[in-house]
Amino acid sequence: MVPSITRRRRRELVIAAVLLAVLIVLPLPIHDVYTRNLFIITLLFAGLAQAWNILGGYCGQISLGHSLYFGIGAYVSTLMFVNGHIPPPVGMIAGGLVAAAGALLVGWPVFRLSGHYYAIATVVVQEIGYLLALNWDLIGGASGVFIPFRGESWLNLQFRTDKLPYFYVALGFAAVTWAVAWWLEGARLGFSWRAVKDDVVAARSLGVRVFRSKMAAAALSGFFTGVGGAIFAQYVGYIDPDSILSGQLAILIALPAVLGGVGTLWGPFLGAAVLIPLREVSSSYLGASGNGFDLMLYGILIMAVALLRPQGLASLGAVFRRNANGAP
Amino acid sequence: MTIETLLQVAVSGLLMGLIYALVAAGLSLIFGLMDVVNFAHGELMMVAMYAAFTLWQMSGLDPFILLPIVAALMFGLGVAIYRLLIARALSVRFNRGMVQIFVTFGLAIFIRGFMQFVYGGEFRSITGTWLANRTANIYGVYLPLPQVAASLVCLLAFAGLLAIGRTEFGRALEATREDREAVALIGIDRDRIFALGWGLGAATVGVAGVMLAGFYYISPNVGANFALIAYVTVALGGFGSMLGALAAGLLIGEVEAITAQLLEPSLKQVGMFAIYLAVLMFRPRGLFGKL
Repeated sequence: MVPSITRRRRRELVIAAVLLAVLIVLPLPIHDVYTRNLFIITLLFAGLAQAWNILGGYCGQISLGHSLYFGIGAYVSTLMFVNGHIPPPVGMIAGGLVAAAGALLVGWPVFRLSGHYYAIATVVVQEIGYLLALNWDLIGGASGVFIPFRGESWLNLQFRTDKLPYFYVALGFAAVTWAVAWWLEGARLGFSWRAVKDDVVAARSLGVRVFRSKMAAAALSGFFTGVGGAIFAQYVGYIDPDSILSGQLAILIALPAVLGGVGTLWGPFLGAAVLIPLREVSSSYLGASGNGFDLMLYGILIMAVALLRPQGLASLGAVFRRNANGAP
Repeated sequence: MTIETLLQVAVSGLLMGLIYALVAAGLSLIFGLMDVVNFAHGELMMVAMYAAFTLWQMSGLDPFILLPIVAALMFGLGVAIYRLLIARALSVRFNRGMVQIFVTFGLAIFIRGFMQFVYGGEFRSITGTWLANRTANIYGVYLPLPQVAASLVCLLAFAGLLAIGRTEFGRALEATREDREAVALIGIDRDRIFALGWGLGAATVGVAGVMLAGFYYISPNVGANFALIAYVTVALGGFGSMLGALAAGLLIGEVEAITAQLLEPSLKQVGMFAIYLAVLMFRPRGLFGKL
């Protein structure tokens, strides 16, 4: 490996460690419930976007149906907790594993499609999941599932008086997804994904097992998306198909990565840091009356970023670095 | 199941299927021309429905008479969208596929917000028209006339689209579809053809929207569901194929009607989605798509 690349990778680790340290102390002086909620949701979506980025960014398979894995994770951990009294930290892993299995099951037929055919197929599979959940009374059907309060503890992952622990759960989730993406960037798997993304035929002729590497990306991506879903369920305390399996959510999982820069290490985080607060603030200040103004703003934002910065916000960093070095 | 029920299911599938087919045709046209999937397609249909509603409210005229006006407006809207957004999205150098997806997706959200801003979120409907609530009864099969009229108009629109394919403009469209770069050499203005293609695609879905407004509720979110069905229809028929859109639309309509009859009506879309996935396993580029 080229030394400058390893140096860059080491520098990224240092930046991440500093950022993590800042984020650990950041919420301590903030006691405002609204602001803390904003932080938690942003971190959660940063992790989700990074999970999406594994499949959609590094491997180049634009999935528009990731809420399916989010929903699976949320349902599995919630139902295990509600019906089986299994603690959410265990249910979370189980939910992630079931979601990964789901992603493999979906990937097996769908990965033979390419381009728009693939993207639309992912929407359709997600929509089938949504419709089935809506009609399946055993898992709550359209009325959803309430998560009963069983005492404030890390084992139950329930905190009623203070939301701070959720902040650390979301931060941990985001940090783990980042670490996995960092590791993948230097791993053999990451290289084969980039080859698959750039040119399938060339990748195959170089000996990359295309189907297998896509399946590996789907499983990893599905696992972390499912874990994110389980955390979300425990945080909100209530799930129903509209809140955890919808097409809108699928887009919201993908958008931060797209806005920030697909297939980049910092893109999904940067995108989430911009998009999620903007969306939350605009919908709570402008959209409270349901007049659609927040949607207009959100739509304009998406169009503007896609057109003005097609390679994502993360590319701005490169612009700054070039200017600092005095090069054009 | 009696023979009447069977016929009834087949007829309702046919009537809805023709509308699905026309919505899909506009999408397929644009895709075939320039490899762009318009994720705001359902919203264009919704705009046409509101346009018909507003014109009907102002003039009291039947949507039938308003049809050409709305189609012309939608043509203009389609051209404007191409000139303002899509031309720019086509000219980016990075992640072109992703930019197209998210530009049209952002447009969809914007249109939805705008309509909610102007009309509010409540459901509207066009009432008291010439055909409203009229039905025909043929051998025990119940035929709602607004839907019959809508599917006839859809058939006419399809014939119109095929007729356009035989004109000078149609040949220019076909040539641009075949080879985007080479057409410039024989004096075809690619940009103009693309703009007209968007106009035509928007007008097509506009026609479907106006006819749908004669018997369906109107709300800012009505497009989303139809759009999803349109994507499925286009992918099932094969992107860019008009005949594919028609065949797939009819198939989807029938499958939906049969699933609604056999299973629960709330599961009616599961049937069509399953058929779509099953077909794609054997024909990854749809029934009529070029391999």
